[in-house]
Amino acid sequence: MRIEGKGRVNRDTPLRFHFNDTPIQGFQGDTVASALLANGVKLVGRSFKYHRPRGVMTAGSEEPNALIQVGVGDGMLPNVRATMQEIYKGLETSSQNHIGPLAYDVLSVNDLAAPFLSAGFYYKTFMWPRAFWERLYEPAIRRAAGLGEMTKTAHPAENERAFAFCDVLVIGGGPAGLMAALTAAQSGADVILLDEAAELGGRLLSDGEDIDGVPAPYWVEDMTKALAEAGVRIMARTTATGLYDGLTFGAVERVGAHLPAAPDLPQECFWRIQADQAVLAAGALERPIAFPDNDRPGVMLASAIRTYLNRFGVAAGQNVTLFTTNDDAHKTALELLDAQLDVTVLDSRAGVAPLGDYRVIDNAHVIGTKGRKALRELTYRTASGSFKLETDCLGLSGGWNPNVHLTCHLGARPIWNATVSAFVPADGAVKGLHPAGACAGNFSTEACLRGGVEAAAQALKALGKRVRRPDLPRASHDAGATSVLWSVEVKGRAWLDFANDVTSKDVRQSAKEGFRSVEHMKRYTTQGMAPDQGKNSNIGALALLADATGRGIAETGTTTYRPPFTPVSIATMGAGAQGKGFAPERLTTSHRAATARGAPMIEAGLWYRPSYFPAPGETHWRQSCDREVTMVRNAVGVVDVSTLGKIEIIGPDAGAFLDFLYTNTFSTLKPGRVRYGLMLREDGHVMDDGTTACLAAGHYVTTTTTAAAGQVMAHMEFVAQCLRPDWDVRFTSVTEQWAQFSIAGPRARDLLNFVLDTPIDDATFPFMQCGTVSVHGIEGRLFRISFSGEHAYEIAVPSCYGDALYRDLVARAEALGGGAYGMEALNVLRLEKGFLTHAEIYGRATAFDIGMQRMLSTQKDFIGKAAATRPGLMDPNRERLIALKPVGAVKELSAGAHLFEAEAEATRVNDLGYVTSVGYSPTLGHFIGLGFLQNGPDRVGHHMKMVDHLRGITAEVKICDPVFFDPDGGRARG
Amino acid sequence: MASLTALSPFDGLLPLVEGSIAITEITCEAITWLAPLQGQDVSVSDALSAQISTALPTPNRATGTAAHRAVWAGPSQFLVLGPALTPIPGAAMVDQTSAWAVCTVDGVQAAEILARLVPIDLRDSRFAIGHAARTLLGHMTCLLIRTDTARYDVLVFRSMAGTAAHELERALRMVTARGG
Repeated sequence: MRIEGKGRVNRDTPLRFHFNDTPIQGFQGDTVASALLANGVKLVGRSFKYHRPRGVMTAGSEEPNALIQVGVGDGMLPNVRATMQEIYKGLETSSQNHIGPLAYDVLSVNDLAAPFLSAGFYYKTFMWPRAFWERLYEPAIRRAAGLGEMTKTAHPAENERAFAFCDVLVIGGGPAGLMAALTAAQSGADVILLDEAAELGGRLLSDGEDIDGVPAPYWVEDMTKALAEAGVRIMARTTATGLYDGLTFGAVERVGAHLPAAPDLPQECFWRIQADQAVLAAGALERPIAFPDNDRPGVMLASAIRTYLNRFGVAAGQNVTLFTTNDDAHKTALELLDAQLDVTVLDSRAGVAPLGDYRVIDNAHVIGTKGRKALRELTYRTASGSFKLETDCLGLSGGWNPNVHLTCHLGARPIWNATVSAFVPADGAVKGLHPAGACAGNFSTEACLRGGVEAAAQALKALGKRVRRPDLPRASHDAGATSVLWSVEVKGRAWLDFANDVTSKDVRQSAKEGFRSVEHMKRYTTQGMAPDQGKNSNIGALALLADATGRGIAETGTTTYRPPFTPVSIATMGAGAQGKGFAPERLTTSHRAATARGAPMIEAGLWYRPSYFPAPGETHWRQSCDREVTMVRNAVGVVDVSTLGKIEIIGPDAGAFLDFLYTNTFSTLKPGRVRYGLMLREDGHVMDDGTTACLAAGHYVTTTTTAAAGQVMAHMEFVAQCLRPDWDVRFTSVTEQWAQFSIAGPRARDLLNFVLDTPIDDATFPFMQCGTVSVHGIEGRLFRISFSGEHAYEIAVPSCYGDALYRDLVARAEALGGGAYGMEALNVLRLEKGFLTHAEIYGRATAFDIGMQRMLSTQKDFIGKAAATRPGLMDPNRERLIALKPVGAVKELSAGAHLFEAEAEATRVNDLGYVTSVGYSPTLGHFIGLGFLQNGPDRVGHHMKMVDHLRGITAEVKICDPVFFDPDGGRARG
Repeated sequence: MASLTALSPFDGLLPLVEGSIAITEITCEAITWLAPLQGQDVSVSDALSAQISTALPTPNRATGTAAHRAVWAGPSQFLVLGPALTPIPGAAMVDQTSAWAVCTVDGVQAAEILARLVPIDLRDSRFAIGHAARTLLGHMTCLLIRTDTARYDVLVFRSMAGTAAHELERALRMVTARGG
């Protein structure tokens, strides 16, 4: 029911939305919860385990009951707190966790079976037979114990991520936060103030107090203006969800989640806020009280009743009863009275008088409630007996729990303060984070205002700024007297954790079964594990555990507070990382031309490289690959090799630097010449290989493999900065500067001479020569090197010309009977020659293993030398490089297969080696492969058994020398 | 003789314009990587000044103007954006004109757009005009230079230009969708 003259919703802007397909009328500024209550809708969901009817319990982000689904179809989002979801025109919402209509949930039979479903029931019951757990029990239990439905496809709406920085971050826009932000801003600090509600004010908008003689909401309006003028960055609808090292905060902002869908407007933004200092003004949450059937729709927190009245102009009931342990609820009684509602206060304390014209029953405890889908009647007990009371709304007020969460995210534990009967932040829990107001255990409005100023002052001092304190406004000093009552001792199920359906009985059961530590109790009962993370129940549960185990509350302690403070969807944390945002795509300059030719791409690190180029009529990649290999061997092929790392090394000590990096010598390399090199890690295993060209004295360009380009660059930086800072050498990656194409095949030079302004011949450009050339008038670089065994060159031009040169080369190659080739053919060509890739030098192979021990110079020191020459790394029995080919009935080889003696059983103990690379060689007419085999080179000529257990392939193979094709290398040199 | 047509890194990807924000490609006549050899910092800086009236910057800074800018790019390393340089004795120099994709983010919300992608503090007090940083743009490394109050130049690897444009476009869309 709406109360005239109350609330901050905009009555001039009615908005209609749907709940379970029923139209609901609300006003701009309403949440789903306030609009439902205004329309008398009390039943909004079913509980997690027992499917009991539940209603709205709180007015904030701690809501355990009113979890709803928002949106329809793929855009549906489950587990949205109805207390936080603002309404908008066209909003579609639905209740969750029931089969059939909400009011007649089939699964509510679970509640009848409750005696069997207590804590620990699943662990004890569904253990046997073992196989039934996965197939039968778990799916059935998950179906019944649900938290909304899961959509099957990605949510269509987008989210974003962003970074922010400030001198002082103020978390919470209540009295403490507002004063902290003002103090910090007028002292010259750069301030961000965030609050999870739609507008600043916190409980000042709910509590009907005066500040400086005016109603608090007016004061908040003035403050909000003053803060904006002082340059404070105000972030409304933003929840600080976690605190991480170095005062980095995670925060979630609801950007478009409260509005009708708009193009490009993100639903939420995940902020990473880096603060030099921070003030925590997160307030406190009211505690419920445990007694039998305290979970019916209509049972709420007393503070929530007051919020709905003052903030939304909504009466949560007509005939309200408050069950309290403290003075604060009496203020609520006065305000309800003022709104012409019937109020009764049941106070657990003795000798309490009413503050106004309402009925107080002191020394009273509620011991039960009635009403199937909404509260109808309660039973209370006093010294003189038990009595029934008709009521449609019961407000619980068991005291307040400070929101200490963020002070604990780095590992600190809160401290029990017996004076305020609450856990408060430990002193210095987080360096640079200053708790203020209710979250620090100071509950009066005046204490909050003052606490905000003082916390800001501490932050400003730490920043070295002079503190300019604002005048402290006049406000109530009265925090009210309170007493402690966690639970009413009566037989029956009394709810502690509404969200996970954990009762006081479950906590006692846990203690009885030996789970006496608060962390064990949590895991045994699942208390505190629901989306609300126990905000309403943790302290009550541990107090009961303390009682059941005969310990004090301080001694029992709390469970660990971990981020996030409120649930954060993975979609928000990972915003932008789907699809193209997953990882950068590195595209070569020939990418467009290759794609235009229909080449499928394969990923090599972040690079995309063409796999093969399908010709008309080819339906299988092998057809294309075989054709491309044959084309290179017989005519000429062109392939983009720009993805290989290219590092230019310059300086008087460049030669010495390379000698130290590589196992072989480069300082003797003459300008205009290229040499192959092998690079080891410090541990003696091969890191990378590649060619290095000497462009001029003291000027080299080194190539790395595509995969190891970054690793080699980092390695070089380490060597130059840490190992030999005395050397005068400078280097930089030029991978991106040059588009580089390999031209391979008997007609390579013919093709090359079409594009070079000055033709070359064998005398001017012999094997392993390099130099500067003019390519259609553009200065380029030419290297006569071969990864295919053919007469081959690599030609490089600045990347801006890459697209043009590639298209030109391929067109001219086609005229010569050649064309473009891809990675598949490149792999076969190198396998035919026994050339290596990171399939072979994969981190565990030594130079000895790959047959290159002769490249370990004995004339100089190099990185990895000492380790590489250890006896264990030179043992002939090591798995060493070999090639293989099939010789039996099965003609296929398989990478990843293992090698066994022909007669041996294919089991682990008989495993002698493995296959690293395979391909079908059209040149040789059969499969070939490379692999590693114990004592490999000595087994050349032997027949062995290759078994791929995963693919189910067994083949008889012959061990071969790694070089199948043109073993004397005449084709590359000629 | 056939001729080769040059393509710029952001060809077909930029400009992006929304309201008062424009993300446009910058084409430099040359980008030269310049690294003074040991003990040559002063002489190289002087020689650079003689050529383009711009000294070498200190770490995390840029010097010069839009016509020719020198940017710190790492320990003892600089990028010079502008006309091609003649060789400077005592310096390692490498042409990187084609290696970098360069764009500018220009408009009052430029810093807000970059705050979606760049993890460093871009407040005026920490990243003023003339400041430069090797940092991240989304998942990519970048070189970021603040060239004016509401103008930032961004350099990324040429091969990643497509992803950079995609990331910037997304940030631009979302920031402008928020309005004012």
